[in-house]
Amino acid sequence: MPDPNWQPRIVAFFCNWCTYTAADLAGVSRLKYAPNVRVIRLMCSGRVDPQFILDALARGADGVLIGGCHIGDCHYVEGNLKTLRRFQMLKRLLHDLGIEDQRVRLEWISASEGERVKMVINEMVEQVRTLGPLNLPKRFADWDREMTSLEESIREKEREEAEVVHA
Amino acid sequence: MKHENSNGDVRIGFYICHCGANIAGTVDCPAVAAYAAKLPGVVVSRDYKYMCSDPGQELIQQDIREHRLSRVVVASCSPLLHEQTFRNACAAGGLNPFYFQMVNVREHDSWVHTDRAEATAKAKALAHAAIRRVRFHRALETAKVRIHPDVLVVGGGIAGIHAALTLGNAGKQVYLVEREPSIGGHMAKFDKTFPTLDCAACILTPKMSAVRSHQNITLWTCSEVVKVEGYVGNYTVTVKRKPRYVNEELCVGCQECIKACVFKEGKFPDEFNVGLSKRKPIYIPFPQAVPQVVLIDPERCIQVKTGRCKQTCLEACADRHAIDFTQKEQLVEIKVGNIIVATGFKLFDAKRIPQYGYGLYPNVVTSIELERLVTSSGPTAGDIVLRDGRTPKSVGFILCVGSRDLKTNRWCSRTCCMHSMKLAQLVREHTDADVTVFYMDIRAPGKGCEEFYDKSLKEGIQFVRGRVAEVTDWALAPEEEGKLVIRVEDTLAGFVRRIPVDMIVLAVGMEPQADAQEVRRLFNMSCGSEGWFLEKHPKLAPVSTFTDGVFIAGCCQGPKDIPDSIAQAGAAAAEALALIDKGYIEQEPNTAYIEEADCSGCKSCIPLCPYTAIAFDEAKQKATINAALCKGCGTCVAACPSGSIRQNLFEDEEIFSEIEGVLSYA
Repeated sequence: MPDPNWQPRIVAFFCNWCTYTAADLAGVSRLKYAPNVRVIRLMCSGRVDPQFILDALARGADGVLIGGCHIGDCHYVEGNLKTLRRFQMLKRLLHDLGIEDQRVRLEWISASEGERVKMVINEMVEQVRTLGPLNLPKRFADWDREMTSLEESIREKEREEAEVVHA
Repeated sequence: MKHENSNGDVRIGFYICHCGANIAGTVDCPAVAAYAAKLPGVVVSRDYKYMCSDPGQELIQQDIREHRLSRVVVASCSPLLHEQTFRNACAAGGLNPFYFQMVNVREHDSWVHTDRAEATAKAKALAHAAIRRVRFHRALETAKVRIHPDVLVVGGGIAGIHAALTLGNAGKQVYLVEREPSIGGHMAKFDKTFPTLDCAACILTPKMSAVRSHQNITLWTCSEVVKVEGYVGNYTVTVKRKPRYVNEELCVGCQECIKACVFKEGKFPDEFNVGLSKRKPIYIPFPQAVPQVVLIDPERCIQVKTGRCKQTCLEACADRHAIDFTQKEQLVEIKVGNIIVATGFKLFDAKRIPQYGYGLYPNVVTSIELERLVTSSGPTAGDIVLRDGRTPKSVGFILCVGSRDLKTNRWCSRTCCMHSMKLAQLVREHTDADVTVFYMDIRAPGKGCEEFYDKSLKEGIQFVRGRVAEVTDWALAPEEEGKLVIRVEDTLAGFVRRIPVDMIVLAVGMEPQADAQEVRRLFNMSCGSEGWFLEKHPKLAPVSTFTDGVFIAGCCQGPKDIPDSIAQAGAAAAEALALIDKGYIEQEPNTAYIEEADCSGCKSCIPLCPYTAIAFDEAKQKATINAALCKGCGTCVAACPSGSIRQNLFEDEEIFSEIEGVLSYA
């Protein structure tokens, strides 16, 4: 039963030159968007190590948003192409792990597209809200408990068998 | 953890700024400060009205001394705005500036959210992230890189000319690169300038000649920048110099060759007179052109096209030998430290609004066509005439053609109101025609401009408020026979009117250049959604771009009049001078480096670097990074399979701790 007070938690990685600046512009323009996204600034989306995304999800994020410059506009020539390549690989991995596609999103947002920051964030928050909580920390705890009880029952069985042999 | 300072032994000072009501209006700042005070390592936690003010910065310095702070976190506006301010404050307090971390609770929080509880919760999480992160910060030094003192100015309109002259006068070597065969830009086509009605050529020509004769300015016309590499202080620029088939050094501009051309009369549309006159394949763009050198149009010249011409021009040039059909396109490489982009605008194509009949009715002209007609050096020697040679008895000006219009361009082109009133006064001066101006709003905000509007009203120019619906030659009344009829709802009178006139002038607006996107990519700039080049800050850095050492001036940044273009050009030149005269730039120490012990020598990082900063040390079988070449994007850091590449200011543990922090929901 989902918690009625649950709110999506989204971690965002924005590149310094385009998307972070666009988010600043959204602020200066006083656009209003959902408060569920918390931005971590990196110099380039190319710095987004897939581990950051996995770590965020593992620590309880319900979604991860990555923002970079449009293809061809990267401040560092082609960092965003590297991001794109890595992202596509990671998506397949996440898919196999059963993490829905809409939870992890890569967007190209240029410095002038404040309106787009608002649009993407609102859209993503709504999508993740529909999906419900990912809650990996709780799942990890559940799995750990399951593993422990499985192991416990195996050990139990082994003991029983040992007793039978003994007898 | 690898670094000695990652232990729990840090003393953090946390400050949250109210920014007046900008932050405090939405975020409960005292609550955030109270929350931060309880976090591990925080020894001082304060909220203050204006952290960026002198007392605010003094507060940080005092706390560093009194509380022996080893880390500082300020939650206020965007780091892009004030990170440097607070780093300086830390340095003044005796702390290495890179022990500082900034939290953006204004642009990313208070300004974009309305719910106080939610905004406060977000501010707490962002603050938590920075407090966790700052623990891992290390003392860093900025590297100093020398600045090449030469400057490239792209575009030889009035903005480019002024920037080049300012820099040249300051003793700097300037390359002025212009695509057209002459500098002067749009201003050279104008007859008079508003609101003073002084002659455009009289004020522009001396500046153009000054460029030509200036010992510090290298002028390259018929040239385009094709490649830009490097970074602030050290750009390598490749310029394509197109052949003009005339040697610039040898030609004296006597124009005997033009007379001698096998084409006895001009046959091809003259670009400078916007097609209102004809020129020959060998021509000089306009009488005051700089450089005063003829050129040959390779698309039109028989010799260039077919090689079978009598070459009468060669004979006329005689022993000067200035004409050279063997000229080829050249690529020239130059080194500069700063670049000023002043590539200007293009005029709106009036054919895009078919209901105004441009291209259909010969006597519907654009404002720039009328400008050429009123100019005494223009195709009619200053006579305003209809296409059949008659003098118009009535002229109508339609404003906002391709401006303030959702179907074409939303922006106001800023100059058309004044430009049209100037032309209206000139029409009254040259003919005794009745002049009617159809406007939505008259925008005359510049110095002397409102007074000019008053003068126009007093001189009997009629103003009709309303957006013109259409222009037609379909006469419904005898007085409309043989005339163009303007159909407009007069919004002041409150009814639809039909006003017959002889000539209609469309005040076409300004648009970004057709190749603005390519130019933007070339110089690593951004464009706004309209296509104008984006300044770094709309108020505080109007001529800077997001690429250091690249500045913008004039209409490439947005529509503006001549004084504003010149003001921007001067500002851009001053910004470049400030960098040059300092002699060096301090580079953000966010470079990547290798933990040699962990590097397996797999070489996967090497092809990732667009700056070839990573090399392979064959002896050690390890990758090495040249910090001077590294720009700090961090792409290699993310890609290293063994985690042996690290990035200053963006260390893995710093980012992981930030992730943990932003996910803390208090």
